[in-house]
Amino acid sequence: MTKLTGYLRQDGRKGIRNRIAVAYLVECAHHVAREIAWPRRTDAHVIGFPGCYPNDYAQKMMERLCTHPNVGAVLLVSLGCESFNRFKLEEVIRASGRPVDTLVIQRAGGTAATIARGQAWIEETLVKLGAAERVPMDISDLVVGTVCGGSDGTSGISGNPAAGSAFDRLVEAGAACIFEETGELIGCEAIMAERAVTPDLAVELRRSVAKAARYYETLGYGSFAAGNAEGGLTTIEEKSLGAYAKSGQSQISGLIKPGDIPPRGGLYLMDVVPDGEVRFGFPNISDNAEIVEMMASGAHMTLFVTGRGSVVGSALAPVIKIAANPEMYARLTADMDVNAGRIIDEGASVDEVGQEIYDLVLQVAAGQQTSSEAMGHAEFILTYKSFEPIGPACLPA
Amino acid sequence: MTEIDTRIDTDRRLLLLAPEDNVVVARAPVATGEKVRLEGRIVTLTSGISMGHKLARRPIAAGEPIVKYGAVIGTATEAIPQGAHVHIHNVKSNYTATISLDGAEAEGSNDTRKRP
Repeated sequence: MTKLTGYLRQDGRKGIRNRIAVAYLVECAHHVAREIAWPRRTDAHVIGFPGCYPNDYAQKMMERLCTHPNVGAVLLVSLGCESFNRFKLEEVIRASGRPVDTLVIQRAGGTAATIARGQAWIEETLVKLGAAERVPMDISDLVVGTVCGGSDGTSGISGNPAAGSAFDRLVEAGAACIFEETGELIGCEAIMAERAVTPDLAVELRRSVAKAARYYETLGYGSFAAGNAEGGLTTIEEKSLGAYAKSGQSQISGLIKPGDIPPRGGLYLMDVVPDGEVRFGFPNISDNAEIVEMMASGAHMTLFVTGRGSVVGSALAPVIKIAANPEMYARLTADMDVNAGRIIDEGASVDEVGQEIYDLVLQVAAGQQTSSEAMGHAEFILTYKSFEPIGPACLPA
Repeated sequence: MTEIDTRIDTDRRLLLLAPEDNVVVARAPVATGEKVRLEGRIVTLTSGISMGHKLARRPIAAGEPIVKYGAVIGTATEAIPQGAHVHIHNVKSNYTATISLDGAEAEGSNDTRKRP
């Protein structure tokens, strides 16, 4: 049994990493943030919001991400004239007990001077973080997300059911597990709703998928990339049924939106499709947008199932890469953490690969690096959205 | 080419996911012109397929639902013979249309005649 320890935060949550977030508050500050983090890029990860105009969702996401349990300190990098409320963000971070500072490029003397000050701050802060003590941590302290990307005809028969099996084990052990992308549950709404803990939640689950279907209809096409078809997936509902398998067999405890923290262990659906009229384009423009939203809801790590072969990782929270397709695994072995393709070509059972994933989750929580993490993958993307708060039926007591 | 094993009902490379399905999934590539056992019959494949692609388990009529995982994944847009590749050229979504790059279907199948 892997013994877990974590970094205790003021809000009671525990982190499995102790990273510095270097956050740009508009794209104009992105380069400076990247240069500040670069020499210490294993410990200091760049996150940020590119837009110049204010957005409540982006503000909430940045607040949640900067106070994520895996984050020990935050350096904000502002150009100076953007609309993002850096004062409020800094206040939230300071109230969380984390070291925080804001550098404003227009005041600090431009690019070179800001980079120098930022790098010096990182060095000082790393010394402080190095002294942090770890406390015992239980599986029930963990929040784990799941996503599938670069899906093909193998995803739904190997990697996704195996991730679902790992989810069943995690939920059983008391962890909070999040599955998402309601646009990839189109066609599964009826069978999914039967798993809701209350009839009112079942209604909310169906409503979230109906909203996604309507949203994508307005956009003209679904959450379906050309590579999905090349890999043997024919329709969005076929892709959905495969993706749905990631959720496992547990009862569904609640419906959350990006940034909502699961109140206790259990399985949660995250509704990632904006509310209201179609305004800001695609709900999730690529897989990392989904990973970021689950991190904002506290996910310590993400199980990422891929058939075609995605290589991405993530800033702040490790990504466990599960290969669904054995041919792809042979080509991209070093990028993968688990070969679920052996269910297809070696007759391994979904259950045994599920156990392998579960064991790996505990090892990664205990500090073991994932493949993408070790290779320095730290992708991050956050774009405009808008949400209404969830209703009372979404989180039954 | 391997001998056809007549003791088995369906080639082991073709996976049936649920009893009510009318498609089977290839868990290994199958070549054009290959003879395979499918539901007790020997079928010559007019179009080979890559891993993860689907074949018709039995003849499917135009307008009939395509069933995989025991659930409907779309509708046949034309009559599909037993053993034929079931994909974007003969199935449409009941929700939103599928997009694909030109030539993607030809790459998914091993049928070189369709290559641009």
